[in-house]
Amino acid sequence: MSEVKYSKEHEWIKLEGDVATIGITKHATEMLGDIVFAELPEKGSNVEKDGTAGVVESTKAASDVYTPVSGEVVDINQEILDDPSKINQDPENFAWFFKLKIKDKSEMDSLMNKDEYDKFAKENNA
Amino acid sequence: METKKTSLYQLHQDCNAKFVEFAGYHMPIQYSEGIVEEHKFTRNHSGIFDVSHMGQLFIYGGEELIKDLEKIFPLDLKNLKLNHSKYSFLMDKDAGIQDDLIITKIDEGFLIILNAACKDNDFKFLKELLKEKYKMVLDENRSLIAIQGPKSSQILNEVVDGVKDLNFMSGNWFLFDNQIVYITRSGYTGEDGFEISIPNNFAEKLTRELINKGSKLAGLGARDTLRLEAGLCLYGHDLDKNKTPVEANLKWAISKERISKGDFIGSDIIIKQLNDGVTKIRVGIKPEGRIIAREKTKIFNQSDVHIGEITSGTFGPSVNGPVAMGYVENEFSKKNTKVFLEVRGKKYAANICSLPFYKKSYVKGVNQ
Repeated sequence: MSEVKYSKEHEWIKLEGDVATIGITKHATEMLGDIVFAELPEKGSNVEKDGTAGVVESTKAASDVYTPVSGEVVDINQEILDDPSKINQDPENFAWFFKLKIKDKSEMDSLMNKDEYDKFAKENNA
Repeated sequence: METKKTSLYQLHQDCNAKFVEFAGYHMPIQYSEGIVEEHKFTRNHSGIFDVSHMGQLFIYGGEELIKDLEKIFPLDLKNLKLNHSKYSFLMDKDAGIQDDLIITKIDEGFLIILNAACKDNDFKFLKELLKEKYKMVLDENRSLIAIQGPKSSQILNEVVDGVKDLNFMSGNWFLFDNQIVYITRSGYTGEDGFEISIPNNFAEKLTRELINKGSKLAGLGARDTLRLEAGLCLYGHDLDKNKTPVEANLKWAISKERISKGDFIGSDIIIKQLNDGVTKIRVGIKPEGRIIAREKTKIFNQSDVHIGEITSGTFGPSVNGPVAMGYVENEFSKKNTKVFLEVRGKKYAANICSLPFYKKSYVKGVNQ
């Protein structure tokens, strides 16, 4: 059973075995508006918890994408690089950003569950 | 100071607008469909923009006013026909641009449309220059509604009969609901369109009728992507006091007749720059990939020398790619010159290109 967790930077993370799939939340896409550009980390590179792991740009502004856990990038979603508007269409399923071979599963512990995140997002509706 | 609301504020709210503060006003940046859809709908059908935050300055006077205004604007105003409009700018003595504007000859004088952030300063500046000889009204009782896009003429004509016969960059008085409205065929999107100056109490009614006829509200976000694709300047970004009209590549807007005499504010510098050339100039810039280079992005030449800066940059929905404009050293301003843009520490290839990025023909000479 894989549980989806959420970060305060509006990323979602789904852990299956030791591979985590990471993307940005629907709430994040609603705040950003139309996404027109995405940049992802390189396959094979290592990313650190809370470090920058990509960029999304809307017609309005650029925003960094952070990784909620550390690990090695094992896959990236080429489809969202080719057509960034897919991120707005289905951010929490089809438009995942990257997959990590997770280094330390305990980094998942401090993340929020769905109810906590929904409450957090509502309170921080910038 | 309290943030002001336009007379369409309630309508914007009803249409789920996201608001931003812009030049002291609560303005809609986008509605529920989003910037890209609003942009495309304007290009393909018709979009309505609330631009009531902009200044509507009426200056009343005759022959003497024309002479006095010619000391300020580089325009041949004595030959400007009734109800015809010109694009121009207010300059300081060094030809630095204080604002860009549209001036229209009306029966009793002139109507000048000013940028929201500049209008109060412009009003003071003009009042001093004109030594309070003329009645001047920066009219807060009128709203300004723009309707832009290929279906706009047909839609507006159903609501205000006769507007379809206006020529581009000309206007006239019309009746809407027994109210006198001044409508010009003009805009800021690169599309055919109109701007309607209407008493505040009737702005919402007009806008709702236009929506009922098939037009849709579009926010400042779409207005920005549309104007940038059309190669049009935004004051405070592409134009400011440190740039002259010649550097801004706007010399087409300066009357040749007036340059020969050179008796307007900033004319010494303008004439010098026209004769000797300029060191920096505004150009269009097209990044090669999908990377977006925004305002303040540094521009480098092929030898990695810093040669300029982006002043506006975004994603162009109709171009389906990034678009930008900025200032580069003159020797790198030729079309197809390869340059590099520094975004988040990396350099990306781009090419100098001609403006606009997106071209549509304006309606000209309906009656000619």
